[in-house]
Amino acid sequence: MQALRVFWVFAKLGFQNEAAYRANFWIQIFESVLNIASAVGAISLVFARTDSLAGWRPAELVALLGVYFTVYGAIQVVIAPSLTKFMEDVRAGSLDFVLTKPVDAQLLASTSEIRVWKLVDLAFGLAILWYGLSGLERITPREAAGFALALVAGAATVYGFWMILATCAFWFVRLDNVMQIFWSMYQAGRWPVGIYPRWLGVILTALVPVAIAVTVPAEALAGRLTPQALLLACAVAVATLTASRWFWKRGLRRYAGASA
Amino acid sequence: MSFLRDLYAALIRIALLVEMQYRASNLIWLIGMVVEPLIYLVVWSAAANAQGGTLGGFGPHEFAAYYLVLAAVNQITSGWHMWEFQFRIEQGQFAFLLLRPVHPIHGDLAENLAHKLAMQVALLPALGALALAFRPHAELHAWSTALFPLALGLAFAVRFVFEWTLALACFWTTRIMAVNQAWFAVLFFLSGRVAPLALLPAWLRALADALPFRFMVSFPVELLLGRVSQAEALSGLALQLGWIGAGSLMLWWLWPRAVARFSSVGN
Repeated sequence: MQALRVFWVFAKLGFQNEAAYRANFWIQIFESVLNIASAVGAISLVFARTDSLAGWRPAELVALLGVYFTVYGAIQVVIAPSLTKFMEDVRAGSLDFVLTKPVDAQLLASTSEIRVWKLVDLAFGLAILWYGLSGLERITPREAAGFALALVAGAATVYGFWMILATCAFWFVRLDNVMQIFWSMYQAGRWPVGIYPRWLGVILTALVPVAIAVTVPAEALAGRLTPQALLLACAVAVATLTASRWFWKRGLRRYAGASA
Repeated sequence: MSFLRDLYAALIRIALLVEMQYRASNLIWLIGMVVEPLIYLVVWSAAANAQGGTLGGFGPHEFAAYYLVLAAVNQITSGWHMWEFQFRIEQGQFAFLLLRPVHPIHGDLAENLAHKLAMQVALLPALGALALAFRPHAELHAWSTALFPLALGLAFAVRFVFEWTLALACFWTTRIMAVNQAWFAVLFFLSGRVAPLALLPAWLRALADALPFRFMVSFPVELLLGRVSQAEALSGLALQLGWIGAGSLMLWWLWPRAVARFSSVGN
């Protein structure tokens, strides 16, 4: 409960900060539209030449793209800005102020910066998802439940992954470039991971969890998700979250502070 | 002339020394440059497989040849000054560049060439490894292979001139990120990156032929892989020269106007 209240306070704060820069909202819309138009354009060029891609039909790929942008938006709204600020705090020593507050420090570190204008990506992602769904056959309640579960598991895995990377800041001071690798690899998630060669699929599942975050939920919508795969995704989510928590505690023990 | 030669020798030497310090971030650049061609190589191969093996003359192995060469050409012709200009103006570095007795484009060109030189150490082995995984196939001709270095050099020049001119946009707007993003979106579709231009719908193909983007990336790739006739190759090279001329003219016209808008606050 307290977690939700903290999150809400930061969200309000984020809105108040950014409401001062209203033109940025329109720029954000422009950039998001461009981004999405490129992705949709690429898909339509491919499907002008073929009617299925490794068994995926156009509407299914549009739904997958919706999941891609929804997860992308979620990362951009809260996970990436908060954890980038956290890494900066470790470097500058201002993490002291986070640690002395009477709320769980990991919660504070991973929610303290919210970029409300990036909600545009999230909203567009949901809209594309909705559009893709309208082209599919009726989704059974079972599939919908599987999708919801897979999406939560995917989001949790991505969060855990970013948390683990960010926690490395306790050992290595400069890490911002590592996030760049994540974004490069994340692009691959615009297409179902099954089309990639096996070695690349392993990288996109185990090293950068794009497969779990995007392909698995989309597979649930396309009615091709096996219970085993869903179970595996949930197991990976729980394992990543547990590992990130353990790693965070070890990292905190290393943090020496920088105050006088 | 000998002044320019000495200038470039010195600038490239300095840039190479700087380059040596940032080997880890060069690795990140490398991943960024290779991932996109790799994605579309896989996507188009899957599409070809779904259509019984080939698509407009491309099978999986032809797509592999196309996208591996494209990855190299795209990296070699790429630039980043449209991102750096904003930083330069915000940080006030631009005032120092203007005080130097040579045009700032020389320093940027030298830096770009040094970066490309340093990156090949990592890029070529990476593409070689991918070639082992994807087994590319292309019919090379002696004449087109001989013309390829020239077309590549001209493609670099076209892209450098246009992108450096684009970078000047930040003297008029602070929304340079949006401008750059629009530029990259167009480049993505019209320079042969999203698909070989031969696979695009006719209207998009016509647009690509009429604009400079094809001559920044796609044309050298098509030439090397033997997908243009000798006559098309010659007219392509001529068009590259034409676009370099047009771009330079635009830059020559715009540069004094951009500098006139620049004002700096010192402390």
